[in-house]
Amino acid sequence: MNAISARGLRKSYADKVVLDGIDLDVRPGSVFAMLGPNGAGKTTIVNILSTLITPDAGSATVAGADLAENPDGIRRAIGVTGQFSAVDDLLNGEENLMLMADLHHLPRTTGRARAAELLARFGLTDAAKTIPATYSGGMRRKLDLAMTLVGDPKVIFLDEPTTGLDPRSRQTMWDIVRDLVADGVTIFLTTQYLDEADHLADRIAVLDHGRIIAEGTPDELKRRVPGGHVKLTFTDGEALRHAAADLDASTVDKEALTLQVPTDGSVASLRALLDRLDGVAVDGIAMHTPDLDDVFLTLTGHQTQPEALK
Amino acid sequence: MTMTYPMRDSLTMLRRNLRRMQRYPSLTLMLLGQPILFLLLFVYVFGGTLGNGLGGAAADGAIGRQAYIGFVTPTILIITITGAILGTAISVAMDMTQGIMARFRIMSISKASVLTGHVVGTLIQTAIGLAVVLGVALLVGFRPSAGPVEWLAVIGLLLLVTLALTWMAVAVGLNAKSVETASNTPMIFTLLPFLGSGFVPNDSLPGWLRWFAEYQPFTPVIKTVRGLLLGTSVGDSGLLAVGWCVLFAIVGYVWSKSLFRKERTR
Repeated sequence: MNAISARGLRKSYADKVVLDGIDLDVRPGSVFAMLGPNGAGKTTIVNILSTLITPDAGSATVAGADLAENPDGIRRAIGVTGQFSAVDDLLNGEENLMLMADLHHLPRTTGRARAAELLARFGLTDAAKTIPATYSGGMRRKLDLAMTLVGDPKVIFLDEPTTGLDPRSRQTMWDIVRDLVADGVTIFLTTQYLDEADHLADRIAVLDHGRIIAEGTPDELKRRVPGGHVKLTFTDGEALRHAAADLDASTVDKEALTLQVPTDGSVASLRALLDRLDGVAVDGIAMHTPDLDDVFLTLTGHQTQPEALK
Repeated sequence: MTMTYPMRDSLTMLRRNLRRMQRYPSLTLMLLGQPILFLLLFVYVFGGTLGNGLGGAAADGAIGRQAYIGFVTPTILIITITGAILGTAISVAMDMTQGIMARFRIMSISKASVLTGHVVGTLIQTAIGLAVVLGVALLVGFRPSAGPVEWLAVIGLLLLVTLALTWMAVAVGLNAKSVETASNTPMIFTLLPFLGSGFVPNDSLPGWLRWFAEYQPFTPVIKTVRGLLLGTSVGDSGLLAVGWCVLFAIVGYVWSKSLFRKERTR
């Protein structure tokens, strides 16, 4: 049985359609990434599946419990860490975790042990007695996630878990997610970053304007996106011409003296490319890996940015 | 099994709120300091003059400052409550504007506990506040004539007033778009005792205001507390006071409940 399964989820606010028929299947113990730009409806899906709001239409089961008939069954099995901090700012780190332990009706000693274990696991032991106001963004997010884990959830929703975090905290967050999956937890992740989905997810669904426009493994998806290329810059037209002759299947820009060569982004392919250019003077080299914009451009023909911002 | 633990969750939430009050004492101190300041101001600055103007409203034919302490202390007790519920509205609004409320909503807990935790927390905080304010009043010369039965009745009524106004404050906090709005709206409850017999006898007010003063909810409440503490006549005020409290409590509770049930993402 799937950890999450949804059919025809719809939600509108006033006359604005936020979700326009969402079907989902997430295998237990896997990471499912919902990829999409701001306003695509990612958070709304999380809010519905986590019982915070009710859909206008459609059905879903999460961890074996039916959304309409047994929302409390879902609540007992899930944990959610959203993009908005859900910690109590007036309680210190340990008290926040103890609050969760009490609300999960753990015995005091069990709760205290669980809190200590989570603080240690997330490197927050030193911050246990201080209030979250003094925490960095990364620490705050970790405490938030630790609070979510107190109840030992089977399915965890992470709504843009690394948005606004520095690269280091982002890496830590990714490691934590991998550890959770290793423990057999199912993760439903939303993100705006293709590389995040690529690194973490077993399957990715691309969401645009409330519809899933593509779904598959990261490799399947990337195969549909021809965005990856190396851009070589040359000092003069002569060198450019030589290089263009050496490398077939490349795009030449005579004005800018550049050459675009498709690549899968691996070091080996880059080395092979440079080997073939033996003798030609290359002025500059730039790698371009496919990003969310490439995915969207390919799949929808439009950029991720709303029209008005362009 | 869909067993919930309303009692246990409420106690957890109560503990949370008491700890928050402890962690943020400036709010508690401010809410407590205001009625004490009012008491000292009205007794020592205005008391001499106002006391002489009380006429028949004074207890036992007392005059001047001594008479005014007796007259104004019950009002100050009520203002202690109206001040304390500001803290409730602020606290509830803080919860609503932060992500923690969404967390509570999607946990398998008794949803009522989120609100009862606030209400019981305020009751405890206000009870302590009332005791402190009463202590100060006694220090500056308040001499009630109440016996044990009257004291019990006073305590019961004050707690009932607190409960009623707290539920109103919870609703205000839930309804507020921001913490600022939540802290301003309940001010009206602090203002009401001024527009009535809280600080001066009703019959000293101009006609139009006297009419309002006669029928507004705080008039019977203050009159009852005064009567019980000082032995002045209570009449049908007691029943009216309890009636108003029950009405406020029900309106506040029902309003809060419907606001809390409203779907929202934070």
